[in-house]
Amino acid sequence: MLYREAGQFKTSYQKDQAIFPIRQDRIAVWALLLAVFIAVPLLADDYWLGSIITPLLVLSLAAIGLNILTGYAGQLSLGTAGFMAVGAFAAYNLNIRVPELPLIVDFLLAGVFAAMVGMVFGLPSLRIKGFYLAVATLAAQFFIEWVFTHVGWFTNYSSSGVISAPPMHILGMTIDTAVEKYLLTLSVVAVLALGAKNMVRSRIGRSWMAVRDKDISAEVIGIPLLSTKLSAFGISSFYCGVAGALWTYCYLGTVEPAAFDLNRSFQVLFMIIIGGVGSILGSFLGAGFIVLLPILLNNIAAMIGHGTLQADTMANLEHIIFGGLIIFFLIVEPHGLARLWQIAKEKLRLWPFPY
Amino acid sequence: MKKSVLASLAIGAGLLAGASSPSPVMAQAMEQFMPIPIYRTGPYAAGGTGYFGGFMDYMAMVNARDNGVNGVKMIWEECETAYDNARGVECYERLKGKGPTGAAMFHPLSTGITYSTFEKGTADKVPVVSMGYGRGDAMVGSVFPYTFPLVTTYWSQNTAKIKFIGMKEGGMDKLKGKKLVNVYHDSAYGKETIDILNKQAAMYGFEIKHFPVAHPGLDQKAIWLQIKQFAPDWVILRGWGVMNPTAIKEAARIGFPREKMLGVWWSGSEEDMRPAGTAAKGFYAAGFHPAGKNFPVLKDIEKFVQSKGKGNIEAERMGTIYYNRGVVTGIISLEAIRTAQEKFGKKPLTGEQVQWGLEHLNLTAARIKALGGEGLVQPIKTSCNDHEGGGAVKFQQWDGEKWTVVSDWIDADKSLVRPLAEESAAKYAKEKGITPRDCSKEM
Repeated sequence: MLYREAGQFKTSYQKDQAIFPIRQDRIAVWALLLAVFIAVPLLADDYWLGSIITPLLVLSLAAIGLNILTGYAGQLSLGTAGFMAVGAFAAYNLNIRVPELPLIVDFLLAGVFAAMVGMVFGLPSLRIKGFYLAVATLAAQFFIEWVFTHVGWFTNYSSSGVISAPPMHILGMTIDTAVEKYLLTLSVVAVLALGAKNMVRSRIGRSWMAVRDKDISAEVIGIPLLSTKLSAFGISSFYCGVAGALWTYCYLGTVEPAAFDLNRSFQVLFMIIIGGVGSILGSFLGAGFIVLLPILLNNIAAMIGHGTLQADTMANLEHIIFGGLIIFFLIVEPHGLARLWQIAKEKLRLWPFPY
Repeated sequence: MKKSVLASLAIGAGLLAGASSPSPVMAQAMEQFMPIPIYRTGPYAAGGTGYFGGFMDYMAMVNARDNGVNGVKMIWEECETAYDNARGVECYERLKGKGPTGAAMFHPLSTGITYSTFEKGTADKVPVVSMGYGRGDAMVGSVFPYTFPLVTTYWSQNTAKIKFIGMKEGGMDKLKGKKLVNVYHDSAYGKETIDILNKQAAMYGFEIKHFPVAHPGLDQKAIWLQIKQFAPDWVILRGWGVMNPTAIKEAARIGFPREKMLGVWWSGSEEDMRPAGTAAKGFYAAGFHPAGKNFPVLKDIEKFVQSKGKGNIEAERMGTIYYNRGVVTGIISLEAIRTAQEKFGKKPLTGEQVQWGLEHLNLTAARIKALGGEGLVQPIKTSCNDHEGGGAVKFQQWDGEKWTVVSDWIDADKSLVRPLAEESAAKYAKEKGITPRDCSKEM
């Protein structure tokens, strides 16, 4: 009853093309933004902010990046973690070698470096498709990890190959508490997510989707494949790069190349598959599922574990339940959690008189 | 169907919210909390379960036999990290505030998690103890106040290994012109000794070649062919988990004598040798403690914990390398708490107070004997600027069934390690903008 758009008339093209055309959605989005910017920092403790919500946001950003490439432009990629690593190491090197640059500029330039690397590894996409492209991006993943492990310059010749993020300053403020790191991450993620949402609604996003659906048809109607595919790789890698920089600076604090191994790439890929391929909201939902569920299971195990089951049984049970839930959700809704949300919205619009 | 999905999501969210709410704890409870960031799953589970199994068994024994440390019972909670850095950070954040006074200290048991948590530990005033792993330069306490690579570091151990090779060759001067190979796990842990090996190669005039093995280390055929071509006199193995038996089997395949192979302590457990079968016979490994059950402290664990069915690990694994390492960790950790209690009173202590205890630890041979750990633990004396303490290593050889100790405690070459550590720590301090504290002013 509350969620009904009756009486909301769109009297101009501008209104019809608004990012959230339904008033209730706009209210909900503003409420959500108020909640995450004001209520969450006030209510959540350091444990929640620092070790659950911040990594969740960072991985959501990486998932948005991959969703642009795989979900919207249809180019399967296994190099996500590699591009995150480029961002992380670029931000670190900019920070220690060009200390004059403001931190935000470092992050953006880190994204730009990742974008350039992403475009280079995107070149094969003009010739190969599908699983073959996945293998090409896999090469990117291994190559990038290898370079950062073996070229000492990137880690400032650290004996163990671990980089450690220098202190963060923005406009004279030092960012060192969990709340400040959370707010920094949130601001970056919110702005970039909004950008992504708008991009996929505009010409560039529509040309990505045209290429995804049928590249030959897209070419026939005048969409240049080269620039479309490369822009998808570039922008996707930009998002991943910024995510990698945030992962280093706002979450772990120190990072070794192994933090961006193939498992991380798979993790982000599973996020968009579970969350919803081709959906910005799905990136957040999928990240939530993949990041929160193991922690939730582990917490439940810790709560009920003592005295009931062997600790090692519990540890393995977590994996079993996690895997089982992934299969369950994929059977119930193969299009991901975002699709569930969409169905819920459609039902709400008809409620209480479904037909 | 859809409804049930949403309902299950809602239940999940509810549980998640419930899971985080701190359980009410009485402030007066005489309990000292110890976080256990274990890994029971993943490729390194043998290390995680053995080590923390021994650690928890020791704490359980002290609780049962002595009613805790001076009447303060040890309590602990497990958190599964799966040897993953991000999960390790989550576990650290989850456990650091538990118990009446928060975590006494944090044992990451992973070089990666050590790197990810030691700065958080410094900020939160929770000592991060990386016993026998972690950053080599963290022994410089003036720069790393809350990081304790107690007993010995990779750097110290590495100098002891070269000494041992020198002894086997008949003198350090005989090292000149010898060829050594360093096969290392390609991670922060594995790379830790490259610099110091290069320095020592220049010092003693031997040739060193480094061969990285990618995680998890099952594919080493190409590397061992190259090693065969290089024809080294000794191979140093810096392996971890499944990489170790694989390396030994490959060495056997190319016919390299195992009596010329020398492993770090993470290459020197029963779990590393048994999968290699007879190929492992003769392999040497460094260790800062021996294997075996023939110590009074293990007999007490048997009597008070394992025989009552309260063990945290299968009884068969008692006395293995990982298990004994956990017991050593328990002895040293609880002694640090006891030391701190002498200053701050016999009550649950905060991480900041335990840090004082760790920094003023003086584990003498007599005290070790009283604790039932003679021959198991080496004497340790720490100070504000020396967070390592011991530094000596024993070497042991695998006879196909078990480890036999073949050397006495071999001291590290501190005159070489310490300046390197100080140089590296100074570089770190500069990068981070840290002003080292003045240890001459600390009491």
